[in-house]
Amino acid sequence: MRMIRLKTIAIAAGLALAGAAPAIAQQAAAPAPASVANPATPAPADTKPTNPLLSQDGAPPMAVTPGAGQPVDGKIGLQPQFSPTGVRAEKMHDHLLVPIITVISVLVLLLLLWCMVRYRRAANPVPSRTSHNTVLEIFWTLAPVVILVIIAIPSIGLLQAQFRPAPDNAVTLKATGNQWFWTYEYPDLGDIQITSNILKEKDEVQPGQQYRTDADGPKLLAVDNRVVLPVGVPIRLITTATDVIHSWAVPAFWIKLDAVPGRLNEKTFQIDKPGLYFGQCSELCGANHGFMPIAVEAVPPAEFAAWVRAKGGKMPGDASAPSTAAPAQPGADVSDATSTPAPNLPPAENGTATPPTTAQPATSNAPGASQSDI
Amino acid sequence: MTDTTLSAHHFEAHHDDAHHHDAEHKPAFFQRWFMSTNHKDIGTLYLIFAITAGVIGGAVSGLMRMELMNPGIQYLPEWASWLWGGQATIDQARDLWNVLITAHGLIMVFFMVMPAMIGGFGNWFVPIMIGAPDMAFPRMNNISFWLLVPSFCLLLASPFFGGVGTGWTLYAPLSTYGQPGPAVDMAILSLHLAGASSILGAINFITTIFNMRAPGMTLHKMPLFVWSILVTAFLLLLALPVLAAAITMLLTDRNFGTTFFDPAGGGDPILFQHLFWFFGHPEVYIMILPGFGMISHIIATFSRKPVFGYLGMAYAMVAIGVVGFVVWAHHMFTTGLPVTVKMYFTLATMVIAVPTGIKIFSWIATMWGGSISFKTPMMWAIGFIFMFTVGGVTGVVLANGGIDDYMQDTYYVVAHFHYVLSLGAVFSLFAGFYYWFPKMTGRMYNELLGQVHFAVFFIGVNVLFFPMHFLGLEGMPRRIPDYTPAYEHWNHIASIGYMIMAASMVVFFVNLFWSMFAGPKAGDNPWGDGATTLEWTLSSPPPYHQFETLPVID
Repeated sequence: MRMIRLKTIAIAAGLALAGAAPAIAQQAAAPAPASVANPATPAPADTKPTNPLLSQDGAPPMAVTPGAGQPVDGKIGLQPQFSPTGVRAEKMHDHLLVPIITVISVLVLLLLLWCMVRYRRAANPVPSRTSHNTVLEIFWTLAPVVILVIIAIPSIGLLQAQFRPAPDNAVTLKATGNQWFWTYEYPDLGDIQITSNILKEKDEVQPGQQYRTDADGPKLLAVDNRVVLPVGVPIRLITTATDVIHSWAVPAFWIKLDAVPGRLNEKTFQIDKPGLYFGQCSELCGANHGFMPIAVEAVPPAEFAAWVRAKGGKMPGDASAPSTAAPAQPGADVSDATSTPAPNLPPAENGTATPPTTAQPATSNAPGASQSDI
Repeated sequence: MTDTTLSAHHFEAHHDDAHHHDAEHKPAFFQRWFMSTNHKDIGTLYLIFAITAGVIGGAVSGLMRMELMNPGIQYLPEWASWLWGGQATIDQARDLWNVLITAHGLIMVFFMVMPAMIGGFGNWFVPIMIGAPDMAFPRMNNISFWLLVPSFCLLLASPFFGGVGTGWTLYAPLSTYGQPGPAVDMAILSLHLAGASSILGAINFITTIFNMRAPGMTLHKMPLFVWSILVTAFLLLLALPVLAAAITMLLTDRNFGTTFFDPAGGGDPILFQHLFWFFGHPEVYIMILPGFGMISHIIATFSRKPVFGYLGMAYAMVAIGVVGFVVWAHHMFTTGLPVTVKMYFTLATMVIAVPTGIKIFSWIATMWGGSISFKTPMMWAIGFIFMFTVGGVTGVVLANGGIDDYMQDTYYVVAHFHYVLSLGAVFSLFAGFYYWFPKMTGRMYNELLGQVHFAVFFIGVNVLFFPMHFLGLEGMPRRIPDYTPAYEHWNHIASIGYMIMAASMVVFFVNLFWSMFAGPKAGDNPWGDGATTLEWTLSSPPPYHQFETLPVID
């Protein structure tokens, strides 16, 4: 099995380098993606991919949305949120916490300034000797308690919402932290593995190696292979690590979950809108801690399903097929893949979309040309 | 309870004889400074040590701000080549970054703030304020200080042996199999020594405060600074052994094949975090509580009013100390804690805001109705109140486990803890330093330079740290040597803030050295009738041995 997979990978890599073969082969496999390919992508061995499979392997068809899923220079405020719990937390932060802490800080500042002006020595040469006022002291003990209760109630509610267990139709993503890259698996969707490395700048790579272009994403945030997730479907994130502790974090989803060796951490979230979302490892993990970013490509469920099948995985409801029956060439997938025309894409702007339970009979879902990374 | 504030005239009749006898008989230089058993000399040694460490730790942060001023890695390869020889690889350069952040954290926590607050001001003024001739265990006091010196040397030497790139939190497994070489072991030994030093000091303070108060000085008449040191000493005594245990396990995991923190042998990396933060959270109160005590005295002195709500102030510190032991896992909100645990730690953490609020409002109430003069120590103290409030309210934001999923390990956290430490603890240190400088040296500092130092430092640190909130809100992780260009704007401004702050420190040192040698002579009590604690009844500087006849407090 392992040998076969390696062989497949090697062949796939060869084909990818050889040029357009896989792209052509997969052309029929998937519908046109929602967004078009960025034509200005000069990555080597690059074809203009027009399907989700190649969105992983070559130039990204999904363009970066300015101001979303990534930081904006000079901005004051949270990154826009694209998950229901993120929106809820953002509201709590922006509309409850920030006003309260601003009012408290300004109140303290004004009281101090008032004291400094009114009770300066010139204005008040004889100090009072007051050193107690029980009513006042009880008041400023209880007032913070009331404020804290006002904060605590939504805070507990937010925690409950964040920890709502994943429903049965959730898509499971397993993110594994390594020094210094992320690997992703979809344990319920067959044999898909993605290794996600930072894309270096043009002047940092050898000639012929892949380097970052603006279509890939911002500097230090772009990766070679993005993790693909469906929108509108609950996602059960499982994190772990192979060496030291890492932390999988995407600010736009309000998600940060440590990846701890020997443990499986779990958290559920949902992405509301297709797009590209960037994050970074958020637990010090050694020399290249700052250089193992996270890039999520959120696509409509049907597109996700097509991508999964193209990667050689299978969606729930797909007829079971022996994953060991890898064909000698990934090109042989085509005949199968063509039988999985994704249904008309729903807009899937919000969490209403049904999970990708397309009942397309796929007789085989061998590993595809998916492993040409590293 | 009636007025608990001490009044100077209560004591004057009793201590006059302290100036006679052999009160001024000082040992020779080596014996005096290297074999010292005098609490004031040891306090001075601690202060010199802390200032030295502060300069080093501050310089390290300057290197960090230099590197972060612009996107891209500019200086690290050069520094790494210099430090480790040869042409540094990019990985070495990036590793040096981690060495710098670790050094900055450890130096500032263990070798600047703690020695200055507890060893420096605590040693100097706790015995005097309670009317005692010295600490209970003068020789133990001496070894407390001298343990710190080899401890600091070990830490300073570690970068030459590969460096500790784990962050000051030393999280396993990055600190076990993630960092081979002797450097981490040196840091562990360094912390063991520093911890032993602090535990000995804590025992000394607790014994001194409980047993050596002058007749009539009940606990409820004790100055608030002494209260703050008492609470701090208990925190040290209970927290530091846990750190010692944790880093000992780290040591055996690294060197002797144990697997406390290695899942491959049945251990758990999260165990280390629990142990570390069970120490680490009380540690943050250890760093701020003595500051609370100092600020209370300074506000009262320059408002010429007794401290408002003395008992509330004292027991607020006790409450902070107690609650400080049951909130540790709010540092671990993203480690995969169950929801109920996150809820508990969210609520428990918020509780700390109540006693903290009592203190803030009591300080303001102390000023209210006062007759305030704005001498340098008072400026620092007022600055402290506001800056600590800002740091405190962002702490309330971070206390929410659900909100913290976004903020954890971002610059928002960096901004928060620098507001409570660099603008809280450090402001209180400067306040205390200017306040007691005349008492310790017998000379006045230069008021103009002091005010300039305050104003420029205040602007500098706010320009330095306030933009870090924005970086955190934008998601910038901590502990990264380079950032995506979208973080450039605020990083650039923060680095400018560092330069402003650094410029103010030049003013401070000019003032310090000029005043120490050429400042005008200070009287016994340069601050007037607002200064009511016992140290102002002594000469400036105090006699080498004070209170040979104990003062009696009415």
